[in-house]
Amino acid sequence: MIAIVDYGVGNVASVANACKQLGYETILTDKKEEFEQATHIILPGVGSFRAAMEEIERRNLHGLLLDLAARKPFIGICVGMQLLFEKGFEHGETEGLGLIPGMVAKIKTSYLLPHIGWNALEVTDRFPTYTKHDGKHVYFVHSYQAYTSEEYIVASTEYGTNIPAIVQKDNICGIQFHPEKSEKIGQLLLQSVFESSQQAISKEESK
Amino acid sequence: MIAKRIIPCLDVKDGTVVKGTNFVSLRELGDPVAMAAAYSKSGADEIVFLDISATHEGRSTMMDIVRQTALHVFVPFTVGGGVRTIEDMKAMLQAGADKVAVNSAAVADPELITKGAEKFGSQCIVVAIDAKRFDDGWHVVTHGGRKDTGIDAIEWAKEAEARGAGEILLTSMDADGVKTGYDLPLTKVIVEQVRIPVIASGGCGSPEHITEVFQETNVSAALAASIFHDKTFSIEEVKQSCHQEGVRIREA
Repeated sequence: MIAIVDYGVGNVASVANACKQLGYETILTDKKEEFEQATHIILPGVGSFRAAMEEIERRNLHGLLLDLAARKPFIGICVGMQLLFEKGFEHGETEGLGLIPGMVAKIKTSYLLPHIGWNALEVTDRFPTYTKHDGKHVYFVHSYQAYTSEEYIVASTEYGTNIPAIVQKDNICGIQFHPEKSEKIGQLLLQSVFESSQQAISKEESK
Repeated sequence: MIAKRIIPCLDVKDGTVVKGTNFVSLRELGDPVAMAAAYSKSGADEIVFLDISATHEGRSTMMDIVRQTALHVFVPFTVGGGVRTIEDMKAMLQAGADKVAVNSAAVADPELITKGAEKFGSQCIVVAIDAKRFDDGWHVVTHGGRKDTGIDAIEWAKEAEARGAGEILLTSMDADGVKTGYDLPLTKVIVEQVRIPVIASGGCGSPEHITEVFQETNVSAALAASIFHDKTFSIEEVKQSCHQEGVRIREA
């Protein structure tokens, strides 16, 4: 079962539905006991970095999320992906969860913003599990992006600049685009992210 | 590089898909959720629902359609028509719509764009502009083209952007329904004047019209209705034609 973090960030039905298409049960929760039962944690997110982080603080979820991220496959989607980083600069500077080194700021491009639409993934060769998704189009909607070290970038997309599309640090994964809105390929990518984050945990446990 | 988007539009009246010619006569077509799912499977990059129900019952039927669509369609979808207040926006977004399109309500109260963008984010707010040519340029028209607001369409597009619109859905009321191609001069001038994505609408009668609007203007997406609904052409055919002409599209 996959636990989707409930912190009032709008509609998560499509994310739950995409998981269901892959054969996973989901639960929308903010309760520790229910997170404990889950194999994977998904942190969704819409709106601004600041508003999302404030909601996490207001609901006292910050510590719990860090604890879960230390033990379970932990996947951030869209703004949820951005919150994985140390800080964000949307509507002023805000501390993030700090699970992956880096920060989130406005996309520096001469192209139109928001970056809306289907853009192609360029998968880096450091992450062979994702190679099969190279060149595939996925759906993006955002004006802010992660700025992080190359070593964490699984895939990026070109928009007058390079935008990290999938990031991973061990069991922590972030997806900038919307897999739940990217037709079949979105579901296959979600599956890859579930597997890859799980493998990182298994590897750690077998050490 | 980002792909140009092909967007089928479904006009929905009281739970059924219809499409009018110049907004006058309406022909019934079918179940909106099934049509949206079929389009998404065959490569549509997005779906737009335009609710043209005049009644309260029709509106609540639209909410059900949105909920069902969120369960069966795995591409983004926009709901327009009948979105008049922040509460309407919230209801549609909560039901599962990815974006809402505002048209005449935003003309009447431009603050709706500002407030919607602040509350839900610019990416959710599409400003739909119906434009018609007059001697002194293009005016914003409402009520299916019957009412001239006297507002300059270019100035309105710029204001929509300044107020936080994430996209502009630009319909030429001169071209709409007549299937002789998109309104290239109008599309070109609006695209040049704003820095947000513009969706061209009105006038598509063949795949060539879609390749033409992408080649002749810097529009981000092309919306069409009848060519898909009448099964005159499929989305695959349109995408194939784009591909052959060197227009970058998503291969489904």
